[in-house]
Amino acid sequence: MGLFDKIKKAFTGEEKVETTEVTEKYEKGLEKTRKTFSQRMNELFANFRTVDEDFFDELEEVLIGADVGFESTMEITDALRQEVKLKNAKASNEVQQVIIEKMVEIYEKGNTDKPEININPAGLTVILLVGVNGVGKTTTIGKMAHLYQQEGKKVMLAAGDTFRAGAIEQLHVWGDRVGAEVVSGKAGGDPAAVVFDAIKEAKQKEADILFVDTAGRLQNKVNLMNELEKMKRIIEREIPGGPHEVLLVLDATTGQNAMNQAKQFKQTTDVTGIVLTKLDGTAKGGIVLAIRKELDIPVKFVGLGESMDDLQVFDPNEYIYGLFSELIQNSI
Amino acid sequence: MAFEGLTERLQSAMTKMRRKGKVTEADVKEMMREVRLALLEADVNFKVVKDFVKTVSARAVGAEVLESLSPGQQIIKIVSEELTELMGGEQATIQTAAKAPTVVMMVGLQGAGKTTTAGKLASYLRKNQNKRPLLVAADIYRPAAIQQLETIGKQLDVPVFSMGDQVSPVEIARQGIEKAKAEHLDFVLIDTAGRLQIDETLMQELSDIKETTQPTEIFLVVDAMTGQEAANVAASFDEQLDITGVILTKLDGDTRGGAALSIRAVTGKPIKFTGSGEKLDALEPFYPDRMANRILGMGDMLTLIEKAQQDFDEKKSEEMITKLRENSFDFNDFIEQMDQVSNMGPIEDILKMIPGMNNVPGLDKLQIDPKDTARMKAIVLSMTPQERENPDILSQSRRRRIARGSARPIAEVNRMIKQFNESKKMMSQMSKGNMNGMENLFGQGVKGKLGKMAMNTMVRKNKKKMKKKNKNSRK
Repeated sequence: MGLFDKIKKAFTGEEKVETTEVTEKYEKGLEKTRKTFSQRMNELFANFRTVDEDFFDELEEVLIGADVGFESTMEITDALRQEVKLKNAKASNEVQQVIIEKMVEIYEKGNTDKPEININPAGLTVILLVGVNGVGKTTTIGKMAHLYQQEGKKVMLAAGDTFRAGAIEQLHVWGDRVGAEVVSGKAGGDPAAVVFDAIKEAKQKEADILFVDTAGRLQNKVNLMNELEKMKRIIEREIPGGPHEVLLVLDATTGQNAMNQAKQFKQTTDVTGIVLTKLDGTAKGGIVLAIRKELDIPVKFVGLGESMDDLQVFDPNEYIYGLFSELIQNSI
Repeated sequence: MAFEGLTERLQSAMTKMRRKGKVTEADVKEMMREVRLALLEADVNFKVVKDFVKTVSARAVGAEVLESLSPGQQIIKIVSEELTELMGGEQATIQTAAKAPTVVMMVGLQGAGKTTTAGKLASYLRKNQNKRPLLVAADIYRPAAIQQLETIGKQLDVPVFSMGDQVSPVEIARQGIEKAKAEHLDFVLIDTAGRLQIDETLMQELSDIKETTQPTEIFLVVDAMTGQEAANVAASFDEQLDITGVILTKLDGDTRGGAALSIRAVTGKPIKFTGSGEKLDALEPFYPDRMANRILGMGDMLTLIEKAQQDFDEKKSEEMITKLRENSFDFNDFIEQMDQVSNMGPIEDILKMIPGMNNVPGLDKLQIDPKDTARMKAIVLSMTPQERENPDILSQSRRRRIARGSARPIAEVNRMIKQFNESKKMMSQMSKGNMNGMENLFGQGVKGKLGKMAMNTMVRKNKKKMKKKNKNSRK
C-alpha cells in the first residue's frame, strides 16, 4: 500500500466492523434466564435502598488515584454500588468485604485459577520479555531466572537488548548472580541473530528455560516494533509452539499510556501476560484492571524491589486489598 | 478507551451551545465536564484537576464573548490560557554557578532515564553552550549502570569519572568535583541511582551528596508516561531535596504527558528540558504553551511551524514556489521535497501536530512505514534524468523498466506517477492562492468551527511573522 493510500484510509476511517452484536445478544439472553425470581425481587427492593454516597465518592478518588482510569472507575463504582445495594450491606466492614469480593470477581471474569507460566513439556521453553524503556525488563529476567533456578530448572538468558548502553553487561551481572548462562552478541548487533544463537545453544546444552531480553521501545515506533516481530518470528521458527510466554513488563507508576502499550505490544507480539514492576513504591498500577477488562491480558507476576527474591506470583485478592488499604484504614 | 483529545470532546459539547453574548453557567458546566475528563485521561493528578477546573470555571462564568468566537471557543481560549500559565509563563534555562564548575545532580525513580538524560545534557551543554562537562557515575547499585554511563561518555567523547561500585556515592561525587576543578571543566553532571521517594536510607544519601557538593541545579528526571503518582513523587523529592527543575523524558511516545502539569502544580518548579528520543542529541528546551496544547490534544502547531522553519531551506522552498507557478515541478523536485519533509521527522508526528488532525478518526492508527518513502524514492531514482524532468514521456515500456529497476511492482509505479501528477496539480492551485486543493488533501480532516479557528490563528501568526520579517528587512 502506498503512502498516500494509507493516509487516505486513516482519514476516511475504513475498516470498522461490528461483530460483537450477536454475541452480546446471546449473553443478554442467558443472563435473564440465570436470574431467579428471588434475585429479581431483591433487585427491585435494591432500588429503594441507599448507599453512603460520600463513601463512593472517596472510592472513586482512590481508583482514579490508582491510575485505573476514568471510564473504568465509573464502570467499577457503578457495579459496586449495585452490588452493595443487592447484598444490603450497611456496616462499613460489610461494605468493604462486598466491594473487594466483587472487584476480584470482575477481575477474574469467572476464571479463578492461579496465573501460571506456560511451560513446554517436551524440551525448551522460551519466554520473551517486552516493554517500553526503563520498566525493568532486565531486572525482571534476573528475578525470574532466580525463581526457576531454585526450582531446579536449567535457565539460560539471551541478551537481546543490543541497543542500550550497558544492557548486555547488566544481564551478565544478573546471570552471574543467579548462576545462569548468558548468550550475547555484539553491542549494536542484530538482536534476532542473538535470539537465533541463544536458541541453538540452549537446545545444545539442554536448558529448560530460555529468557529473551529485548531493548525497551516505545510502542509508537513502527520500526522498532517490526524488529520485535522479527525476533518473535525467529523464535516461532526455531521452536515449535514458541515463544511459550510473551510477558509485557509494565511500570506500576505508568498512567493511562499503559493501555496503549498493552494494545500495541499485544498486536505485534501477542502478549500472554503482564509483569507489573515497582509495586514496592507508592504507585498502584491500577491500569492493569482496565487492561484486563478491555484486552483480557492477565497479570502474572509483580515486582516488589531490586533484589532477586523480590518477585511474586500475582494474587488478585491481595492486590485489590492493597488498592483500598488506605480507604479501609481510614474508615476503621 | 480511545485516547481522544479534548478538541474532539469539546467539539461535541460546543455544538449544543447556541451563539450568545455571554458565557452562561450551564455552558461552563457542560464544558468543564469534558475538560475534567480530558485532563484525567491525560494522567493529570485528580486533585490538580479539581483545582484547575475550579479556577477556570470562576474565570469563565460571565466572561464576555469576543466578537469572533462562540461561547464554547471562548471557554477553550480561557482553558488554554490558564493551562499555559500554570505550565510556567516563560522558558527556564540551566543555571550556572558563579565559580566553575557548576554542579548538576540528576535524581529520580528507577527507569526514568537519568543516565541517558545525563549523557544528553552533557552533549547539549557542549554543543549549544560550548561548555566542557564531566559525567560522574554515582549509581553504584544497579548492575552495569557505571558501564552504561562510560559507554555513553565514549560515544559522546565526554570524560566520565567513576570509582567502581564499592565506594560511597558521596565520595565519588566529591572526588569527581575535585577532578573537574583540576582539569578546569565547567560542568559536573552527577548521575545518581534510581530510588523510591519513600526509601529513607537512599533519600538520605541524596541529601548527603547535596550537602557535600552544593549543586547549582538538582534535576528531577520524570518519565512523561507517569500516572497519578507523579504529583506525590515530585512533591516528595522536592520536599527532601528542594529540587531546582524537572526534566521530562520519553516524550516521543504517544502519552499526553499530564504528569508535567501535576508536577508544575504541586512543586511550582520549572520543567527545563524534555527528552524525545533514544539518540543522544534528543534533548530540547521545554515549551510551556506546546505542552499545554499536547495535554489538551489541540495539536502542536507551533512545534510544527518551528520545525518546518528549521529544516526547510527557505531558498529552496522559494525556488519550489516559482517552479510550481511555472508548472515545471518535476520528479527531481519531488524527491527533494520528500527529503525535506522526512528530515522533519516521522510523518505521523507531523500530521499530529496540525490542529484538527488529532480528531480525525483513525489517525491514531495511521502508521507510515518510513520505508514507504524510501520505496518511492527508489522508483524515482530508477528513472533516467530525462524522464525525471519530463514525466510526460513515461510510456508503458518505460514504466516497466522502472519497475524492474526499483524492484517494485508495476502497479506501484503507476500509482506513484498518478499521485505525483495529482499533487502537482494541487500544488499549482495552491500556489495561485486557491486553497481548495488543500481542503481536499485533508478530506474531512479539519472540520467544524474549532478547525477553522485553529487555521485562522495559524494564518494570523504567519502573517504577523511576515510583517515582522518585512519590517526587519526594510531596516
